Amino acid sequence: MALKTEEMVLNMGPQHPSTHGVLRLELQLDGEIIINVIPHIGYLHRCFEKHAEAMTYPQVIPYTDRMDYLASMYNEFGYALTMERLMKIEIPERVEYIRVIMGELQRIASHLVALGTYGADIGAFTPFLFCFRDRERILHLFEITCGARLLYNYIWIGGVSHDLHPDFKRLTRDFIKDFKPNLKELNDLLSYNRIFIERTANVGVLPLETAINYGVTGPNLRASGMKWDLRKDDPYSVYHKFDYEIPVGSGEKGKTGDCWDRYFIRVREMEESLKIIEQAIETIPDGDVTSAIPKRVKPLEGHVYARVENPRGELGYFIISDGSLNPARVKVRAPSFVTMQVLPELCKGFMVADVVAILGSIDIVLGEIDR
Amino acid sequence: MKTAEELFNLLKEKFDDSIIELKSDKPVDPIITVNPLEVDKVCLFLREEKDLQFDSLMNLSGVDDANGEKIKDEKGLETIKGGTLSVYYHLESTSLKHKLTLKVSTSREKPEIVTVTESWKSADWHEREAYDMYGIIFINHPDLRRILMPYDWEFGYPLRKDYKNPEFYQGMKVPY
Repeated sequence: MALKTEEMVLNMGPQHPSTHGVLRLELQLDGEIIINVIPHIGYLHRCFEKHAEAMTYPQVIPYTDRMDYLASMYNEFGYALTMERLMKIEIPERVEYIRVIMGELQRIASHLVALGTYGADIGAFTPFLFCFRDRERILHLFEITCGARLLYNYIWIGGVSHDLHPDFKRLTRDFIKDFKPNLKELNDLLSYNRIFIERTANVGVLPLETAINYGVTGPNLRASGMKWDLRKDDPYSVYHKFDYEIPVGSGEKGKTGDCWDRYFIRVREMEESLKIIEQAIETIPDGDVTSAIPKRVKPLEGHVYARVENPRGELGYFIISDGSLNPARVKVRAPSFVTMQVLPELCKGFMVADVVAILGSIDIVLGEIDR
Repeated sequence: MKTAEELFNLLKEKFDDSIIELKSDKPVDPIITVNPLEVDKVCLFLREEKDLQFDSLMNLSGVDDANGEKIKDEKGLETIKGGTLSVYYHLESTSLKHKLTLKVSTSREKPEIVTVTESWKSADWHEREAYDMYGIIFINHPDLRRILMPYDWEFGYPLRKDYKNPEFYQGMKVPY
């Protein structure tokens, strides 16, 4: 006769080191097995969208930095791109190249945090330090470019605020040269570590159909086996000029779309980003980076939805203009917000300790979920 | 890949004029407006039809059109009477690579729209957010609660254009 057990409710968070911010998960348990997970979000809610309605269009940019604070460059990139589409601004080639370089550096920096903290979450502390050491080099590159390490206000509507520093190319080349062996080191330390694989392979498998229906995008979707990247599938900026691959999960260590796949897709994406940066830095044209910045941003009445491939997935901006100096509506389609919904599906049937592994593998940033 | 006109013609064969309407006079994206109480059927058709295959809901956002009568009180604070609230749906087909924007308008006094969670699970939180921020009721939604604001927030819907800050929240003065 089966033993009758009682359901237990356990709170994880809001203050929990592996929730990457302030997130509360209500776990419904049968012993140690997860029956359901109910995420409670909103602890970092600052009502960015309401603020944006009171600002002029260029003033919104610093606010976008503060959403996904690990990928601020890309948030600005997306916002600037949306506004340029709304106002039909042609921007100089050099600006496009700078944006791509910054965007890809930011992608590497963001993935390094994701991978490092993921290791730390499930007990491997050393890779965390290695990742932060490398990320520091990228933050230094950002610092010499615009003076800030995390919240840049660098990419403006129609241009960028400063041209590249004279040392930028040299330092970036140095970084790429040093970073390649470091990636191998990361693989040896963490990716192919037996204990790490035991913890992540076959855990939290996300089937492709579920992923699409839940609107999961970015590395999480690609890990489930779909070759979908907005840089190739809905091309923007100058990404079409570069030669790079879109890595897809294949279930190398377990099933396609498990935690290990989601982890490793990010390692491989960093390699591809390096390729893009290498090509861009060698072929970047000369030019004035501020020439296309409009003195007065006053778009015509209308609305636009534009999106970019953020390190976490599809970052979309929906902007409605009523013809005045302030936006009538700015809605952000935050990739983490949408991805977060699928968490209960991933966790069901696994152990409490696996929740940490699953949550880390989908790489959320609460600043973006709550906005 | 199909244009908005072609998609609209496909829809027109299935649904009559009281349900859908095409608007492409404003710049950038053309829109198809849909009746708020039929939007679930239109969406299910868009998802299931072989030539359409809109398998992904990119974005769903509530909007306050602020097109009603604006009344100022003695403090100079505005209240809007009448007019509409809207929801925009941005759809995409990942296999056929076409996109579509739907718009649904509903009255400000009784904002009710049928949920599309049956077609796309991703609509769940988006709709909860639209409810939280604009007070739009999504009929048949499985779990319509506040999502970003506190569950006990009883001072209205923050993204409405005529939203007023409460003076106190749980004994704390709000404009501190």
